[in-house]
Amino acid sequence: MENLIAPLIAAPLLGAAVLLVGGRRLDRAGHWIGVVLSFVSFALGLVLFADLLGKGAGHRTLTQHLFSWIPVAGFQADVTFRLDQLSMTFVLLITGVGSLIHLYSVGYMAHDERRRRFFGYLNLFLAAMLLLVLADNYLLLYVGWEGVGLASYLLIGFWQHKPSAATAAKKAFLVNRVGDMGLSIAIMLMFTTFGSFAFGPVLGTHEEPGLVGDASEGRLTAIALMLLLAACGKSAQVPLQSWLGDAMEGPTPVSALIHAATMVTAGVYLIVRSGAIFNAAPDAQLAVTVVGAVTLLFGAIVGCAKDDIKKALAGSTMSQIGYMVLAAGLGPIGYVFAIMHLVTHGFFKAGLFLGAGSVMHGMNDEVDMRRYGGLRKYMPVTFITFGLGYLAIIGFPGLSGFFSKDKIIEAAFAKGGTEGWILGGAALLGAAITAFYMTRVMLMTFFGEERWRDAPTPSPAEPSVEPAAETGGEHTEPHPHESPKVMTIPMIVLAVGSVFGGAFFSIGDRFLNWLEPVTGHDHGDAPLSAGVITGATMVCLVVGVAIAWAQYGRKPVPAVAPRGSLLTRAARRDLLQDDFNHVVLVRGGEHLTRSLVYLDHSLVDGVVNGTAAGFGGLSGRLRRLQNGFARSYAVSMFGGAALLVAATLLMRAV
Amino acid sequence: MSTTAVHSLWTTAAEPITKIDAPKIEYGQLSPTLIVIGAALVGVLIEAFVPRRSRYYAQVFVSVVALCAAFAAVVALAADGYGTTKAHIAAMGAIAVDGPALFLQGTILLAGLVGLFTFAERRLDPVAHGNRVDSFAAQAASVPGSDSEKAAVRAGFTTTEVFPLLLFAIGGMLIFPAANDLLTLFVALEVLSLPLYLLCALARRKRLMSQEAAVKYFLLGAFASAFTLFGIALLYGYAGSVSYARIAQVVDGTVTDVDPALADTMGNDALLLIGGALLVMGLLFKVGAVPFHMWTPDVYQGAPTPVTGFMAAATKVAAFGALLRLLYVVLPGLRWDWRPVMWAVAIITMLGGAVVAITQTDIKRLLAYSSIAHAGFILAGVIATSKDGVSSVLFYLAGYSFVTIGAFAVVTLVRDAGGEATHLSKWAGLGRRSPLVAAVFAVFLLAFAGIPLTSGFAGKFAVFKAAADGGAVPLVIVGVISSAIAAFFYIRVIVLMFFSEPKPEGPTVAVPSPLTMLAIGMGVATTLVLGIAPQYFLDLAGQAGVFVR
Repeated sequence: MENLIAPLIAAPLLGAAVLLVGGRRLDRAGHWIGVVLSFVSFALGLVLFADLLGKGAGHRTLTQHLFSWIPVAGFQADVTFRLDQLSMTFVLLITGVGSLIHLYSVGYMAHDERRRRFFGYLNLFLAAMLLLVLADNYLLLYVGWEGVGLASYLLIGFWQHKPSAATAAKKAFLVNRVGDMGLSIAIMLMFTTFGSFAFGPVLGTHEEPGLVGDASEGRLTAIALMLLLAACGKSAQVPLQSWLGDAMEGPTPVSALIHAATMVTAGVYLIVRSGAIFNAAPDAQLAVTVVGAVTLLFGAIVGCAKDDIKKALAGSTMSQIGYMVLAAGLGPIGYVFAIMHLVTHGFFKAGLFLGAGSVMHGMNDEVDMRRYGGLRKYMPVTFITFGLGYLAIIGFPGLSGFFSKDKIIEAAFAKGGTEGWILGGAALLGAAITAFYMTRVMLMTFFGEERWRDAPTPSPAEPSVEPAAETGGEHTEPHPHESPKVMTIPMIVLAVGSVFGGAFFSIGDRFLNWLEPVTGHDHGDAPLSAGVITGATMVCLVVGVAIAWAQYGRKPVPAVAPRGSLLTRAARRDLLQDDFNHVVLVRGGEHLTRSLVYLDHSLVDGVVNGTAAGFGGLSGRLRRLQNGFARSYAVSMFGGAALLVAATLLMRAV
Repeated sequence: MSTTAVHSLWTTAAEPITKIDAPKIEYGQLSPTLIVIGAALVGVLIEAFVPRRSRYYAQVFVSVVALCAAFAAVVALAADGYGTTKAHIAAMGAIAVDGPALFLQGTILLAGLVGLFTFAERRLDPVAHGNRVDSFAAQAASVPGSDSEKAAVRAGFTTTEVFPLLLFAIGGMLIFPAANDLLTLFVALEVLSLPLYLLCALARRKRLMSQEAAVKYFLLGAFASAFTLFGIALLYGYAGSVSYARIAQVVDGTVTDVDPALADTMGNDALLLIGGALLVMGLLFKVGAVPFHMWTPDVYQGAPTPVTGFMAAATKVAAFGALLRLLYVVLPGLRWDWRPVMWAVAIITMLGGAVVAITQTDIKRLLAYSSIAHAGFILAGVIATSKDGVSSVLFYLAGYSFVTIGAFAVVTLVRDAGGEATHLSKWAGLGRRSPLVAAVFAVFLLAFAGIPLTSGFAGKFAVFKAAADGGAVPLVIVGVISSAIAAFFYIRVIVLMFFSEPKPEGPTVAVPSPLTMLAIGMGVATTLVLGIAPQYFLDLAGQAGVFVR
């Protein structure tokens, strides 16, 4: 059965190769090749899943050794795949959601002349992401890690004719570089510490702990912090969060698949997979929880202020991943819930993005929510699926988000002590803000006046801040309409997942039992009972929704954004993240390079040119000794002989 | 000298003379040298008896046959095991037949053969009065610019004596690295030097410069020979023998039978040290090491270019061979005395050659200084005092000699109205006009600079590695720095050839006969073969790395 793992990856890889190399001949049918191969991969995933279910809980690990990649004496890297419960979960999420989004893209990209290439990139992404989660060692994981980075870069900049898209792609690439550096350093540290970077020897299993047990805590903390840096880059966590908002320049299916459901969760995967290392490095775990808590509030606040529907959702993604990272940082208490929230989030956030895409599709690619309003009548399917996703994300009782997010909040409190209170409080506050900004999105888009009718000529309040908002500057009035079936069907499927996924996983602790053999689980000791926490969450939810309704439901929404408070304006500028980066990193870097260039010119070049000139001068002087007179040559020889004799005698004397 | 010593000398002389054994000579083992010297004598006879118009062909034929036969004899001896297991000392202790000797003799013979091709080249100079002429003076005895010179040119005379002279020089060079006593060493030194002095004076064009070079070379060479001879005398005084083996024994203190006549001086270390230093100095003069290098640029520039090429290659091979044998066989017991001194010589040679070459404007002088720098690099290998040191030096010499002859052969091709255009400014843009010639020259320059995939790199690497293993890491560092300095002027010539605009009145490139083409082709081939696949030849040199004692 393990022989099916390689084809699982190979199918989309083949698709990418065929589509990217195939040329224009494939323009007409190419997208279907991509879709079919994606579904093939999904089908293989299901077969493997069935196989795993058939085995006992302790034997659900398949490995497939393909070939020896780098066989150097002390440095062994194999291309080996490991399929266990954790990677199986990811495989199903990636191929399942991925296939749906492939299907959706057929409709969404129908009019794009570079559609074949788009599907090639999507398939490339699938292959790389599968490689990432199926790798049996960190080096192979790194290949997948870079592969998804590449695919992400290519897809964010897919509409490369737009300077904003090209810039956003570059920004994502550069910021991710910082994180990738962390991962590569972590791998090097692992090699020097353990002499290996394969999962088996390093991480061990529950029965027999791996090499991690032998290393000093300092080393492990260093490795874990580097892994955290990598996770921050890929998962857009503070302080490497700045690229995700701009990444929304890519086509919406890309935002749904890569920048919401799968790739950005790779950081969570990395942390959970490396659980053994983090468990042994409490300081690093604390750093993880802090990063998670900060980001969940950061993303939520940004999400409140954005008028661009995709950017609002991007802020929300950041925030939700913050929840997952927070949970992952809690250790065995939270690993399972991090992954569970990851999966449910994959459903509802992908659904929300696809809904947003559907709205944009019907609204001439308008993204400014202030020019939406009252769309529920025109796009009933989109409205209902988006609405279900909305209810799921805010944690409406019974829907997916309710189960998974509630568990994370409980786990945060269960951390215990002051930390537990702070983290739990942050998570609760986050829940309230989530309810607020999602209600805001919902109200502005589907309820209220139809602000898109005779829309005023756009006069964006802060043009330099939100360039994306300017793109909807068409003067023609949009004619909102429902999207074709090829787009709505994936939305419906995802909505079903958003509604029932959480309950399905939680009832009878199905998900917990499934993952526990890999991640381990610990109940912790919550200072409050589960019921109290759920109640508090519900209160937060209601408060958030109520405030949003008071602000956007009761009063008409102005078509032009009001100036807003200081916090609002800062949040519109992504809480000044770019300004911070610009002042600290860009300016600092410029000063550094300028001084280095100066140093290079004056000191290094000076030394080099000086040396050259010195030798030239010396040469000019020495050649004058060569005066052409045999007598002076003879003198020189005589002197040389005298010196030779004297030196030889001197050597004996000493 | 005390009176008793004088007295004992008298009494020794007065004793009845005992029977002298007839010397036993292993002709077969000495055949390479004997063939070459014999052919040189035949060449003299040809000058005397063969009509003038046939002399050139007869001489070239005899010389080529002799050199090929001698080379075949060397190969046969080596194949017979004389380089390794059967190595011994022949001719009553005068000449060693061992690995280094055979390897160097083979190298010298091949270099001599290639040099001979450039000597025999007759297509470069324009036809004078219906006669093809070579690089040598029409009549060496005629005063430059005189009527008799003009008459000789008009008559189409050529100095075919260069061929026997070349053979004599080669004969001396064959003995030089094989000499196993000091007298043979000195005789070989003179046999190789005297023909070279003459050859230097024989340029067809710029004859005054050529003669000046020859006189300088002769005067300074004689001066150096005097030092050498004085050193030999002192060493004899120290050891009571001129035999290498005997001197080495005395140095080691393993000698019991002391010659009563020399009882006072024998074992006097002052004699040993001074004598050794002077002898080494004579050899350093021949290899052109600083500060005994002053003759090199003047002579290289003034001599006919084929002679320069031959001299730069073969003399260096022979002299380094003799130096190796002297230091490894005679004076190994004195290693701690001469090594520091040789360190200093190697360092100033490498740096001096490289630094002064930077400001040279004449291609022949540039190559002269480059050869000085290379002498320094080779000295670094000599100093290693290990088997690897010997074999690396042998390999370096083999690679270097062919590159050198090839490079000077290219110099003979680039000509203008005054003969060879050796000023660097005239080489500007050569690569645009004659890409092939410029490319070949560039290959040689890269080999000189020691760029990978050329013999220069393989040789330099071997030498520096041996030196570093022998504990001379600072020397290697200086060597690498000098290589970097040297690379500057080699690359500068390449830049000049390929990236400068050609001058309107620039030189032309003559189309040579197959002889010169063969010489250049041989240079390119060895450069690339020894650079790309050096292992076989490194092994060969490695096998040949043991001296017989």
